Amino acid sequence: MNLSIGLTVNGERRDIVLDDPRVTLLDLLRERLELTGTKKGCDRGQCGACTILVDGKRINACLALAVSHDGADILTIEGVANGEHLHPVQAAFIAHDGFQCGFCTPGQIMSAIGLIAEGHAGDDSERIREGMSGNLCRCGAYAGITEAVQEAQKILGNTRTERAA
Amino acid sequence: MNRFDYVRATTAAEAVAAASAPGAAYLASGTNLLDLMKGGIVRPSRLVDVTRLPGLDRIEALADGSLRIGAMVGNADLAHDAEFAKAYPAIAEALLSGASAQLRNAATVSGNLLQRTRCGYFYDTASRCNKRAPGSGCDARGGDNRLHAILGWSEACIATHPSDFCVPLAAFDAVVEIEGRNGHREVALEALHRLPGDMPEQESALEPGDLIVAVRLPASARTFAAHSRYLKVRERNSYAFAVVSAAAGLVIDSGMIKQARVALGGVAAKPWRARAAEAQLEGSAAGPAAFSRAAQAALAEAKPSGDNAFKIELAQRLIVRALVSAAQGTSERIPALPASPFSSPAGALHV
Repeated sequence: MNLSIGLTVNGERRDIVLDDPRVTLLDLLRERLELTGTKKGCDRGQCGACTILVDGKRINACLALAVSHDGADILTIEGVANGEHLHPVQAAFIAHDGFQCGFCTPGQIMSAIGLIAEGHAGDDSERIREGMSGNLCRCGAYAGITEAVQEAQKILGNTRTERAA
Repeated sequence: MNRFDYVRATTAAEAVAAASAPGAAYLASGTNLLDLMKGGIVRPSRLVDVTRLPGLDRIEALADGSLRIGAMVGNADLAHDAEFAKAYPAIAEALLSGASAQLRNAATVSGNLLQRTRCGYFYDTASRCNKRAPGSGCDARGGDNRLHAILGWSEACIATHPSDFCVPLAAFDAVVEIEGRNGHREVALEALHRLPGDMPEQESALEPGDLIVAVRLPASARTFAAHSRYLKVRERNSYAFAVVSAAAGLVIDSGMIKQARVALGGVAAKPWRARAAEAQLEGSAAGPAAFSRAAQAALAEAKPSGDNAFKIELAQRLIVRALVSAAQGTSERIPALPASPFSSPAGALHV
């Protein structure tokens, strides 16, 4: 069975022929589009390492069939920086030491970008921890992660206000 | 994961026809189904994708005061719909207490209703499980069962239904709209899920091909908006299934309870409407005496199915806490930790 789908991945249109409907968005990105920044941790929706944005919303790429997402706009960790300039969330993770081994970091950053875009947590540390609970960090860098999201929220919140003004 | 044929339905009728075949299953976002397929717990030969069906992603206020929620509305979209959260705060809080933000973004209304139990023996294909393999036995019965059912269970199955969303839906008389091979029909949410009896593999009132197209909340559901609450005890304070949960809604007039709604989650194979508790509350003064009587009545028939006798008292205490919170009045904003009994007006406590 050949199934054709079209996706926009990090701003680039991709036409893809799937030879098997079992391919998840995660496996499509990693194994077929060579975008290995999105990590495979548990592959069962429990760890959040595979978090990507699909049509602007953060989801677990491991629990999404690619064939069901024909036409979707996908943003992965490879697509968030502006050339040499890191995304404010990336910069904040470095500034606040929001990782140790780094395996969960792409998922953490994509989840934080999604969280800030959702706009429900603000810079309230309790709401940020709750909003980030779908991303596990085995190194336990949670304190730095929370601070990084708080700082990025302030920067992105200000940027938005300036643009609106 | 087994091989399967993929069918993208464009109309409900086409979906019903395609899913009526033996071995077929509906695919919405797949957050539960793909997990089950990866574990070899379910092996559908055909997936019928219903995410593109027209008109199922709407939230509509109907002329009779009821609200119709399309089956493909996302869990997060529904919880964050400002009008919805204001009118049905306990339902919004229940939704936000379930799973993680990523899963809530993907998961749909009907998918939430039809999610399968998280009993570890159902998930472990090396274990005996009457639900997964009818007639094979139940390894949960003599196994690690401290989180299993205390109401409505049978010797064949002691699993619980894991949904948070369904608990206040049961309390507030939600109705499920279904398209099937014989046309359109409706089933009370309370009657959608079945108790195990000696056929735990028969989990719902749905027939082959039946497609949930909407969930409807009657006009009465919003009369509890000022006094309602959903509380959930978990083994960690976020991203965990309920050990026990409770939904409570009250209509209070001059300190007297005019109407009451109580339902429990995590205690049975279905969301558990506690009508005996409601009867104790209605006509009583809104206070500890009535709340305590209600909690006793709700668990009167409960019995442990294993190492879980503690859940009976826990459920009673949680009902009292939910009723106290509901009587005090619905808070303006959903707490930082939705449904957590460890939240306080001074702020949530991460434990």
